[in-house]
Amino acid sequence: MSQRPITEDDLHAFVDQALAPERRGEVASYLKDHPDAAGRVAAFASQREQLRGALASIADEPVPAELNLSHIIEGRKRRPLRAWMAIAALLLVSIGGLGGWTVRSLLQGGSNGLSALAQEAAYSYGVYAPDRVRPVEIRASDSAELTQWVSGRLKRAVKVPDLSTSGYRLMGGRLVATSHGPAAMFMYDDDQGDRLVMLTRPMNSGSQDAPMMPHAAGDIAGFAWADRGMGYTLVGQLPGDTLRPIANEIRKQAGPI
Amino acid sequence: MKDMLVQVEPLIPSLRRYARALMRDRTTADDLVQDCLERAVSRWHQRRDGSVRAWLFTILHNLAITQFRQAATRGRHMPIDDAGERELASAAAQEHRLIYQDVLNKLARLPEEQRAVLLLVAVEDFSYADAAKLLDVPVGTVMSRLSRARERLQQEMEGVAPGNVVELRSMK
Repeated sequence: MSQRPITEDDLHAFVDQALAPERRGEVASYLKDHPDAAGRVAAFASQREQLRGALASIADEPVPAELNLSHIIEGRKRRPLRAWMAIAALLLVSIGGLGGWTVRSLLQGGSNGLSALAQEAAYSYGVYAPDRVRPVEIRASDSAELTQWVSGRLKRAVKVPDLSTSGYRLMGGRLVATSHGPAAMFMYDDDQGDRLVMLTRPMNSGSQDAPMMPHAAGDIAGFAWADRGMGYTLVGQLPGDTLRPIANEIRKQAGPI
Repeated sequence: MKDMLVQVEPLIPSLRRYARALMRDRTTADDLVQDCLERAVSRWHQRRDGSVRAWLFTILHNLAITQFRQAATRGRHMPIDDAGERELASAAAQEHRLIYQDVLNKLARLPEEQRAVLLLVAVEDFSYADAAKLLDVPVGTVMSRLSRARERLQQEMEGVAPGNVVELRSMK
């Protein structure tokens, strides 16, 4: 039986010593008969050695003081959480900047109630996203129980969106208190540990549907919208451009069951 | 936190090496590593099982990409033939100094995405699969970037490439 043809990938893997011994032997004998390929492989191997040699000294340098990990850990403990600072900023804007009437209208559902929803989501994000111990009440592994619980309390069929195509996994969720009654909060994270919070609850009768609206407070950004009487909002410490497609994905999935 | 210190501290030299080779400028590179370590500290408990090294390199790489993009939108040109390169090679062993200097100058002419793959695979010893995961691209893309990086570097070394820096830089 003839062997598999040698590919360009095999030549690179040969240079990077990433081939299984058997395949390595096959490539080596191929190179004996093909001087052109052998020349390229030798050149790539030489590049590799030169790069490693040229950069080796950097890894041998003493690590500068500002990269001393103990100092970084120590410094971190003294700093307040960024999320809390963002919420403080949001409160200042609400109370100081907009005046009493606007604040009241925001809290009561205002123009279309989305501002209040957005604010509630930012509060929940600030409280639960930095939580190391128990960010969620019910974990993703019990998502059926989670859905049943929040649907029962919201008196609506609530779906938990799947954001895996956007690189975010469901961590779990919980019921949170808002000035408009209970809301369902779902938390997601990605491989880097970035967390997102989605909050949903029934809207007041006046705002059955509302188009997607961006909102931001400090470094917490998000989008809020209403669809058939349910309000939805997605918040995170990410740029709006990054959040928008994820919010669109949620809107698509959260349609009627 | 002790656990983190034990696992992360030994990796700092290689994070510095990758950042410096990618960014070329020592201060920029170390600032990036510092940012990476701060994030690692704040997200230590949120990380998933798996290699701490790959996790740290992913954070660092994403920060570098953000920086490249910001520099691009601000219209600021990352300098190619500046003091950064001389600095990069200055501590290299004397007898290899000129060769090293040369290969780093040529590495700097590669597009960022090719440079990143070549460094992760050939210098930092990540497997093709790990590099793909780290860069969030398919393995096939890693292989084609690696191939293009090596061919291009070889052309540069043989003096075939025109070496038109401005034109090469604009090819993203």
